[in-house]
This record gives sequence, C-alpha cells and structure tokens, in this order.
Amino acid sequence: MSVRRVLDHRLAVIALVGAIAVALPMWFPSAYYYRIGALVFVYALAALGLNLLMGFAGQVSLGHAGFMGIGAYAVAIVPAQFALPAWLGLLAGAALSGIVALAVGRPILRLKGHYLAVATLGFGLLVAIVFTNETRWTGGPDGMTVARLMLFGRTMSSAQSWYWISAFTFIAAATLALNLVDSPTGRALRAIHDSEIAARVLGVDVAQKKLAIFTVSALYASVAGSFLALLNGHVTPDVCGFLRSIELVAMVVLGGTGSVLGSLVGSAVLVVLPQALTVVHEYETMVLGLVIMGFMILLRHGVVPTLAARAGVRWT
Amino acid sequence: MAQFLQFALSGVTVGAIYGLVALGFTLIYNASEVVNFAQGEFVMLGGMTTVFLTLVGVPLAVAAPAAVIITVAAGLALHRFAIETARGATPVILIIITIGASIFLRGLAQVVFDKRFHSLPPLFGSDPIHLADASILPQSLVVLAGAGVVVILLGTFTGRTLFGKALIATASNRLAALLVGIDTRRIVGFSFAVSAAIGAVAGILITPITLTSYDVGTLLALKGFAAAMLGGIGSAVGAVVGGLLVGLMEAFAAGYVSSAYKDAVAFLVILAVLFARPQGLFGAAKPERV
Repeated sequence: MSVRRVLDHRLAVIALVGAIAVALPMWFPSAYYYRIGALVFVYALAALGLNLLMGFAGQVSLGHAGFMGIGAYAVAIVPAQFALPAWLGLLAGAALSGIVALAVGRPILRLKGHYLAVATLGFGLLVAIVFTNETRWTGGPDGMTVARLMLFGRTMSSAQSWYWISAFTFIAAATLALNLVDSPTGRALRAIHDSEIAARVLGVDVAQKKLAIFTVSALYASVAGSFLALLNGHVTPDVCGFLRSIELVAMVVLGGTGSVLGSLVGSAVLVVLPQALTVVHEYETMVLGLVIMGFMILLRHGVVPTLAARAGVRWT
Repeated sequence: MAQFLQFALSGVTVGAIYGLVALGFTLIYNASEVVNFAQGEFVMLGGMTTVFLTLVGVPLAVAAPAAVIITVAAGLALHRFAIETARGATPVILIIITIGASIFLRGLAQVVFDKRFHSLPPLFGSDPIHLADASILPQSLVVLAGAGVVVILLGTFTGRTLFGKALIATASNRLAALLVGIDTRRIVGFSFAVSAAIGAVAGILITPITLTSYDVGTLLALKGFAAAMLGGIGSAVGAVVGGLLVGLMEAFAAGYVSSAYKDAVAFLVILAVLFARPQGLFGAAKPERV
C-alpha cells in the first residue's frame, strides 16, 4: 500500500489519535496537564456524538448538554441516594439518556432547521431547570459532590488515570463512529443530510434513522457527562447549561462538521484556550470571542477538513 | 382577578422587550438568513453604555441617544468585519461567528465597564400607578410606549420608503433583488444597524426595571430567539406577538405555578405549539426543493 492509501484508510485516524494520546504525556510536566488532557478527551466524546447528528444527519441540537447533565447527575445521585457503585450510575444515566432521547426525539426531530434548534434548546433548558430546582436530589444551584469511581478494587481519583480512561473511551467511540458512518445506516443518514425528500423517495425510513442517530449521540453525551462528574468529583447545573450546549456545537463546527478528528481538535481548542488565556487576565473572554470568530472566518469548513483538503488527505 | 391583571401587566412589560429582541433577530434573518446570537449583547450595550455615560455626568437625554449610536456602530462593525468577510459561509458557521461576537462583546463590556449590576433612574419616578385592582410602574408604560413607537416606525419605514421596500424585496428573494439593482450588501448592513438600534433602545427602556450587567445578553438572546421561533421566523408580526406571549407565559407561570419553573412552562408551551405548527404561529410552511 502506498503512503497515500494508508493515509486515506479510515482507521488511520484512529491510529493517529492513539499515537497522540500515548505520546502527549511525555511532555506533561505536572498532573494539571493530565487533567486538561482528560477534559479534552471527555468533551471530544460529547462533541463526537453531536458531530454524528450534525455532520452526518445534518440535524442541529442546541440542547445536547442536557444529556451530559443526565449522565453527570446519574453518577452523583445513584451512589449518594441508593448506595450503589458509581459505574452502575454511569449505566443508569446512559440508559435514561437513551430512553429520554427516544421519547423526546420522535416529536422534536420532525422540526427542521432553526425550529429544531429552538426545540432542542428548550429541552436542554428544561433539564437544567429540573437539576437546579430539585434541591432534595441534586443539591440545587450549588451542586453536589460525586463519590470516586471504584474500578477493579482501586479508586480512580488521579488525573492520570482519568486521562487514560477518557482517551481510551474516545478512541473506542471514534472507532464505533467511523464504522457507523460506513454502514448502511451511515449512508442513509448522509442521504438525509443531502436531501430529506430524495432520501425518503429512495426508501430511507427518515424518521427512524434520525431517531437512531439522535439516541446514539445522546448516549455519547451522557457517558461524557458521567466522566466529567467523576473526574471533577463535583457536579453543578452548569454542566447542562445553555452555554455548555453552545460550546459543544462550537467544538463540532470549529473542528469540522462530519470529521471525527475534528471533534477532538475542536474540543482541544475550546478546552485549552481558556486555560492558556488566563495569562491575559481580564481580557480572557474578549480574546476567546475573537479567536472563535477568527477560526470560523479563516477556516470556514472547520480546522481539520480545511487542513486535510490542503494536504490532499481524504479521510478525516 | 386583581392578581390576574397584575401578572398580565408585568408579563406584557417583559414581553415587549422580548418582542423587540425577536424583532431584531427577524430583521437580520430576513435580510441575510443569519441568526444573530449577538442580538442580546446589543441590549446589554444600550443599557450599560447609558449607565456609564450618566455615571460620568452626561445627562440622560444625551447619554441615551449616544448609547444607541455606539451600539449601532458595534452592529455595523459586526457586519463589516465578521459577517461580510465570511460571505458565502454556511448558516451554521455564521451562527458560530455571531456567538463568537457575543462572547467578545461580553468580554469587552467586562473590561470597559465592570461586572456589577447597574440601574438607571426611571423616567417618571417609581410611584406605582393604580389600575383597577392592580398597580403598574410608570416605567412599564414607558417600555410599552417605546416598544410601540419602535414597531410603528419600523412598519412605516419598510412600507413607505424606497429603502424599506428594497429591504422587503431582499427578504423575499435575495437573488431577484440583486438582479433588479438592489445593493443587497448595503441592505444587510442596514439591517444590522437597525437591529442594533432596536436592541439598544430595549436595553435603555428596561434597565430601570430589571437592572443590567455585562452578561444580561445571553438570556435575552435566548428568550428573543424562542419568541421569534414561536411567532414563525421571518415574520415581524410573529416576532412581536411571540415576544408578548413568552413574557405573559412566564409571568403567569411564575405567579400561578412557581417562579423557579417559569422558564420551563414557557418552553413547554413553545414546544407544544411547534409540534402542532412546525412553522411557528405566523410562519409560512416552505416546501423542500429537491
């Protein structure tokens, strides 16, 4: 196989992400960097789920942080209220997110464009309002502490262990996503993206396919939310706020809609940038806004697709 | 009954502001298909600039128009440097750009102004006027009158002037407008300026009642967007009606259900309306072209 053929293979992306994940810690001077690294992979996981929905099915969601919230509060509430292990909370959160996505998705996904945007926005807001106000279960606006995850008799509390857990999970999720994209369902979704009516005429069950990908993306976000809560050891309603949903959409678009690697790059930019910008103190927010605008104006197809096109690589 | 009237009055006041924000969304959307998420920041800039100008001793009668002009300049700059340079980008890219702009403006307000809450003195004092069994602040009447004037001015302008008609033409078909010789770029720039002015006026009017700070824009943009969608995007009547409805729903939900869940009730109703009418109350259903 020529170099080009190797680069064009879809598993090249996975190999690249794996290599980056293994190599990066060599330059990590402290545990703080592991923490940032873990955050990048956690957000990349949620962004990847949303990217499946936006990039392949062409449906936007401004409420995806709602599913992150369900996952995050599940790992907090299940051990605290029922004295069950945290990993059961993670599964319960994912199951609940899946059920909610199936129930909410059916009516919501009938809407199109900006109407879909406002409906999903409403959904995210409702989730945030419930978590903020059901103080007896969630600790209200101040949030609640999250018990550490026990895995194989060991407590997962160090940033280092979470770096590896989240990196591994992202790679697994990315492999799944790439296979999904190349499956009949993936092709049907891309047909829906190009033209819903044309897809329907060809015999694609549009409603069912959209609902399926919406549910998958909700599961990704839920697991990411659980990881985030376990990593931080604390959860507040901010995890499912409107700004968090917007941030996820920005990660997808900035990295490149429809690009698996783009989700990771988008997450890296928007997680690392605010940390790096603390050096400019009060100008932090201003610079963040400018950088987002600059990226979108200069690399309007997203970082990864634009650069890949320049380098002549097909798969991203 | 007195309670009902009281809730209705406060709902209409807030709703008028949501309506103005929604109208700003609609104007820019009609001219350019951009959903401008920095619309809430225009409201913030109007209120905050007026507050800080009066703090350094500028009389309100000068500070308010100056704040509107400064906000319009911000709107024009947003169009010129961000939207115009990204011409041809997809709508979702343009949305992210306006979100970037709203973050930038929020950051700018943090640096230029501060992070505290501020108020303005109400125009006609703060003694409530008694109306049947309910009472209303004089400033609420100012808000309603101001919103009414804005809507009438905008309606007259678009219906009666050549430039306004060019705006309507651009909204209904950009390519056709371009072909009959309308400078659609200027129309889009103009829509940003007018939206900024409307936002600034809304901000100045509401500040004496709800206070203002550098970050009030996010929630206003969210409510205004929801109101515009409820009314049916692209419809000016829909925007105003949607705004009033969202304000009323919030006020009644806060009064009769619980103030913690007022936004939940408002959004549940919006969802229910959209499920029944996916194109909003006043929106026209567009068939998809294959």
